[in-house]
Amino acid sequence: MSAVATTSRWGGPARLIVKRIGLAFVTLLLVSAVIFTISGLLPGDAAQEVLGQSATPAQVAALRHEMGLDQPGPVRYFRWLGGIVTGNPGQSMVANKPVADIISERLPNTLTLAALTTFVAVPFAFLIGISSAVARGRKLDRWLNVLTLSMVALPEFLVATIAVLIFAVQLLWLPSIALVPEDPTPLQFVRVYAMPVIVLGVGVIAQLGRMIRAAIIAELDRPYVEMARLKGVLPTRLIFRHVLPNAIGPIVNAMALSLSYLFGGAIIVETIFSYPGLASLMVNAVTSRDMPLLQACAMIFCAAYLLLVLIADTVAILANPRLRHG
Amino acid sequence: MSGRGLIHAARVLPLSGKLGLALVSFWIVIALIGPLIAPYSPGAFVSQEVFAGASSRFWFGSDFLGRDVLSRLLVGARFTVGLSAVAVTLASVTGTGLALTAAVGPRWLDELLSRTMDTLISIPSKIFALVLVAAFGSSLLLLTLIVSITYVPGNFRIARSLAVGLNQLDYVEVARARGEGRLHLALVEMLPNMIRPLFADIGLRFVFIVLLLSGLSFLGLGLQPPHADLGSLVRENVSGLGESALAILVPAVAIASLTVGANLLIDAATQGKAR
Repeated sequence: MSAVATTSRWGGPARLIVKRIGLAFVTLLLVSAVIFTISGLLPGDAAQEVLGQSATPAQVAALRHEMGLDQPGPVRYFRWLGGIVTGNPGQSMVANKPVADIISERLPNTLTLAALTTFVAVPFAFLIGISSAVARGRKLDRWLNVLTLSMVALPEFLVATIAVLIFAVQLLWLPSIALVPEDPTPLQFVRVYAMPVIVLGVGVIAQLGRMIRAAIIAELDRPYVEMARLKGVLPTRLIFRHVLPNAIGPIVNAMALSLSYLFGGAIIVETIFSYPGLASLMVNAVTSRDMPLLQACAMIFCAAYLLLVLIADTVAILANPRLRHG
Repeated sequence: MSGRGLIHAARVLPLSGKLGLALVSFWIVIALIGPLIAPYSPGAFVSQEVFAGASSRFWFGSDFLGRDVLSRLLVGARFTVGLSAVAVTLASVTGTGLALTAAVGPRWLDELLSRTMDTLISIPSKIFALVLVAAFGSSLLLLTLIVSITYVPGNFRIARSLAVGLNQLDYVEVARARGEGRLHLALVEMLPNMIRPLFADIGLRFVFIVLLLSGLSFLGLGLQPPHADLGSLVRENVSGLGESALAILVPAVAIASLTVGANLLIDAATQGKAR
């Protein structure tokens, strides 16, 4: 990627990337329609649910009107979509507060958890990926393969249970509930986040480690690696100076994709540790059938997922010389 | 594949694959006969002590109400394995059926189906399942449908790419030139050649479904009482965590042994083919 890149050289990928961005927006729009349709198909009536069984029909009708439920479906959808786009996705039925307020309270917590997990998981994933790629087909590789295959298939609540048993019940090192105090000291911060990050990290490390292995192995089969070996480059230097810079495209791509795994994991982890994040908020919204809140949470997760896929695609386009010069 | 072929295939598996095969077979057997060999009724309060440890009367101790953990596990495993098996079958039959329809059907139908599935696949599966559960609830039937709907798009995508590839091969062209109908092309010419590559995908999807179902039950959004699958068993005994109760560990480890086993088996089986 030289500094003298001209427009013609970047025209190919730029057009491709703009196309991807457009596609992502269209997909997000369709996803919003799917989510709204499903959650609007409620067998009960939201107004009835809020007021309870004892409400008179007149009260229900009044609230329905107030909530806009007496409008036809498409009108409600576009009103809702407009609200989401302008940052006002409605009123939470249970908390009786604007959904935007509740989410802005919770979203930073989930982002912190995700960022910390990434920060911790990536070095381990590299360690596993590089070691098993270098030892391809040998014993270490086979053991790491079995290890990561098992880690991917572990349910989060088992990892969480074991972590709590070891660190909170037996050793009494860590609290089993992740409540962040105001102005935490560094030690408090580490104590609170240690277990949620470990539990979330297990799956990410395994998945990312496997993808890094695959990316490095694809490079190891190239002629230039053979050449470097023949001229006597040491194995460590071969990996870090020759192979990794070339494999960085697929690896960043893999990182974006395996981070999307975090969302699924966060649903369980935040609930287990009573961590006040967006994922546990969404679970509460399902339990209390707070549809405006649920819809907004679902849209945020879908948008974040599409953003990660978009980043992965963009990196793949930029890293592929054929497309870059195309 | 003949019976002898299967035995041979199992024999050449690497150690991890044999372990996986053993674990998966074990849980299939338990799902089939579990309730028959349960020592107590799963709902009976048989122990005076709650969260009792292992004993000769109660191999895995007692749960938060003094019920036998082993009996509840044997009955719960049938729900976990059975529901997941039904859901993965539904998801694969629907996904592959739609994929074949897209491959042999008119162009606009293929576009419509593919775009729909592309949209659905952009919703992370757990989020999708949560929205569906919130909207429809989670009775036994609905839960099975919800979980299988969640995994239809992934199966569709793989099956469609297989079907489109086959559709361009000469032998399908010949069949088409012979004047065979679309149904014949899809079911007689293409489907038999898709089954083997689809098996690995179905296996992985089974693992995801077991994890999703147990995850939902763990959150209290899956199987509802009086039914309990392995995820529900973990949930209802969470209060025993402080005393390191077997009642919470045993079902969690049971789920892991099933999913890890299936994953090891699939990995070994697919690698053997590539070698």
